[in-house]
Amino acid sequence: MMIMESKIKAPVIKFGNNIDTDVILPGKYLVIVDPCELGKHALESLDADFVNKAKDGIILVGGKNFGCGSSREQAPLALKYAGVKCVIAETFARIFYRNAINIGLPVIECSGISEAVKTGDEITVDLETGKIQNSANVKVLQGTLLPPFIMKILIDGGLIENLRKKRLEK
Amino acid sequence: MNITEKILANASRKKTVTPGEIVDANVDVLMTHDLTGPLAVEAFKKIGAGKVWDSKKIVIILDHQIPAESIKAAELHKMMRQFAKEQKICIYDVGRGGVCHQVMPEQGHVIPGAVIVGSDSHTCTYGAFGAFSTGIGSTEAAAVMTTGKIWFKVPSAIRIVVNGKFNKYVTSKDLVLNIIGNLGVDGAIYKSTEFTGHTIREMSIASRMTLCNMAVEMGAKNGIIEPDNLTREYLQERVRTLPDFNALKSDRDAQYEQTVDFDVSKMEPQIACPSSVDNVKPISEVGDVPIDQAFIGSCTNGRLEDLQLAAQIMKGRKVKDGVRALIIPASQKVYKQALTEGLTEIFTDAGAVVCGAACGPCLGGHIGLLAAGETCISTSNRNFIGRMGSTQANVYLASPAVVAASAITGCITNPANLEAKQ
Repeated sequence: MMIMESKIKAPVIKFGNNIDTDVILPGKYLVIVDPCELGKHALESLDADFVNKAKDGIILVGGKNFGCGSSREQAPLALKYAGVKCVIAETFARIFYRNAINIGLPVIECSGISEAVKTGDEITVDLETGKIQNSANVKVLQGTLLPPFIMKILIDGGLIENLRKKRLEK
Repeated sequence: MNITEKILANASRKKTVTPGEIVDANVDVLMTHDLTGPLAVEAFKKIGAGKVWDSKKIVIILDHQIPAESIKAAELHKMMRQFAKEQKICIYDVGRGGVCHQVMPEQGHVIPGAVIVGSDSHTCTYGAFGAFSTGIGSTEAAAVMTTGKIWFKVPSAIRIVVNGKFNKYVTSKDLVLNIIGNLGVDGAIYKSTEFTGHTIREMSIASRMTLCNMAVEMGAKNGIIEPDNLTREYLQERVRTLPDFNALKSDRDAQYEQTVDFDVSKMEPQIACPSSVDNVKPISEVGDVPIDQAFIGSCTNGRLEDLQLAAQIMKGRKVKDGVRALIIPASQKVYKQALTEGLTEIFTDAGAVVCGAACGPCLGGHIGLLAAGETCISTSNRNFIGRMGSTQANVYLASPAVVAASAITGCITNPANLEAKQ
């Protein structure tokens, strides 16, 4: 069963460089286990109204080194449950990048994305081709494609489902 | 190949590997703690494997919110204890261990040449012993618990060559802040950072740990130092068998994407100003910054040599009125050594509070948080907005010597100038 849609269309909320996992989800919330509860605090240090803006589904755009800092998987979880459908950034911090894939939150590296889109633009991301289209113009950006085995983790909805499947296949 | 490539090749049963190649590596040790462990345990149960791949290769350390600061934390600790018991996993509970990255090598869980992953970003600390170690997330930790394997993209490497002799009161913390200030918080993103040169060879194990600990603050996948006689000396009483260190040397023709040179001989103490770890200035350019709190501890700088240095500066002096000084030894062992050496008495007499071994205020989850408008100078590793409490608080990062001197004067102070300032 394909859990994830390969095309995602949603409005953009854009942030700058080096968005760290402490601002995505502060340490004081790490005792929360319920992901929906975590989602209520996503990015509140930078924008108290973020959760409201994101709740109907958005694409988060970041600059360089998105998700740097702590390894807390609660950071991508909070984003996912706040309504973030996909994160596109110039570059990602490696642990955040892996965590996002492992929990089934699509992440795409795309050079030039922070110049090409602004908050409020509606964009379409094709996870299979890596193409990113801004509805406001005809320009198409090319994101870095995920290797097939990583794409498979994402398509399965994350690493837990991916491993469950592998176990069942055995 | 360089040392990182050699370890990854060996772990993935290959003769050679090249940067960019994706390998499936066998994991030698997995570490998890009280904040990221519960999610890993939940994920492990969902995967449905029943038993972990090898209970002897997993270590659980409670350190972030110990003793439990809330009922929620207590429940999570309870869950981790139960899991450890069910799966027969080694657990360092309250009063038995301390900060995970100190406890791991101290208790013999770190071996040169090993692949060690931990659900904590500062897992890169064990590179100080010539291990390949890096941080992962909770779900990935659950996957490792299930399979004992993990995929890695072989990183390209930056060789950081350090020479020169440190001035008095200048430490490996100042060096690593200077390196991060130069390379930037994304300067080593996805890459391996290998520290070498005369200064590194002369550096104590504790100081090497400080250096490798902060490799992640420039985005690095790992920080690593070739193991040598000092490594052997530290590990021989802790580890049953050590590997051949000759197999863990970077080849003469090893490839590096970049080589950068640093000379510490003229370096003054360095400060990472709010709110980015690469916002680094020499202390003479920081100006007069009054502080409300001084924190000495964490996986970066909570070891015995750090406390000795701080005590040397605080001995016979008093913490400035209006300043809270928190001293948190990185482990129960360090705590005991500080007691035996009389350091605890020096700190207590100075008016500092000495807490039990734990992460403390470093990540803003437990004791010693900051109110809006407050400033802390800290030996920890991150000064992000809201990291240590209020989003309106400011955190400056520095060495234990600078933090101790600042606690005495009440503003950010070069220990070399302490007498003049008082």
